[in-house]
Amino acid sequence: MDRLLHVSAGVCLLLLVMVMVSVRRSHIRVEYSVTWLVAAAAMLALSLARPVLEYIRRLLGLPDTPLAVFLLGSAVFLVVFFRFTLIISRLRDDNVALAQRVAILEYHLRSLTGHES
Amino acid sequence: MTTRARGPGPLLVIVPAYNEEGAVGAVVREVKEQVPGVAVLVIDDCSQDATVAKAREAGAEVLALPHHLGLGGAVQAGYKLAFELGFGYVIRVDGDGQHDARDIPRILAKLKESGAEMVIGARMGREREQWRGRRLRALGTYFFRMVLRPILGKPVHDPTSGFVGVNRRALALFAASFPLEYPEIEALVVLQRRNFRFEEVPCQMRPRKTGRSSITALKSFSYITHVLLGVFVNILRYDGRRRRRGSGSSAGTGGGG
Repeated sequence: MDRLLHVSAGVCLLLLVMVMVSVRRSHIRVEYSVTWLVAAAAMLALSLARPVLEYIRRLLGLPDTPLAVFLLGSAVFLVVFFRFTLIISRLRDDNVALAQRVAILEYHLRSLTGHES
Repeated sequence: MTTRARGPGPLLVIVPAYNEEGAVGAVVREVKEQVPGVAVLVIDDCSQDATVAKAREAGAEVLALPHHLGLGGAVQAGYKLAFELGFGYVIRVDGDGQHDARDIPRILAKLKESGAEMVIGARMGREREQWRGRRLRALGTYFFRMVLRPILGKPVHDPTSGFVGVNRRALALFAASFPLEYPEIEALVVLQRRNFRFEEVPCQMRPRKTGRSSITALKSFSYITHVLLGVFVNILRYDGRRRRRGSGSSAGTGGGG
């Protein structure tokens, strides 16, 4: 049990460091790093605070703590994935609209300049 | 030449094309031959071949997308430009040569006489029999006809046909919102949810001249799943907005894009 929580804490710590390094190198935009940082910090806190984890386990009626860690981790990262799906969908719509606008503007420009090729 | 609207109710023929260098020139020439004086706009979905050059050689104007958007995105780009330029009617002809340009005047006449927002050039009767060999497509079409009948409140014979004419009301709607991936069936639902009407005209369909259909056997399951989901999402989306507004207004937007 302790080993599982240590591994979980280690993974979350690694995730925190990776996100921070990526933000510093501008590989991830700051606004999108917040979701990952909050998720990783939340999981790290849960992994280190065993009484809280036990309380949640009893609250959910789960038979053992590892299952609680697994379920909480899954729930947190499902929320993260959902948020990024929303963002990707919006970006896709914006991207399509932008590409169409560029094509239409190029068409108008070609019509104005008369440079049919 | 500039594709500008001329007088009341001018017609624009749009031809979405992706890697159709072998067929697009003939399609454009045939349209111009069958409907003299008509404006033809090829929407190039970022082809890697000579589609743009062939289309221009044949006398079409070209709306060249900067990257590949898929069929719905390409068709919507054409609708947006047509709406901006003030066209009253737009008829879509596929760039692979499957649609017979001799049917364009009949679709236009039906649009004008019926007042319906959309007219579909449909495989019906004998024409559908000729397509029996393509069993997968026939099965898919039959399935969607059954699904769409209660939703649309009337039978539709060929919901997957891309040979479609729209008037300016539908153009305004589709310029604002149009399904992106597989637009034909979802577009019918989008129209119906706004109390717009559609009609069908029996048309000739030919085997594609070159290239391969984007809908292969392997993609069919994905196609059916996506379209079904799109149909029901469009129904839910519209009803949700109507409830929030607290009125029965048919205005609003839906679909992707």
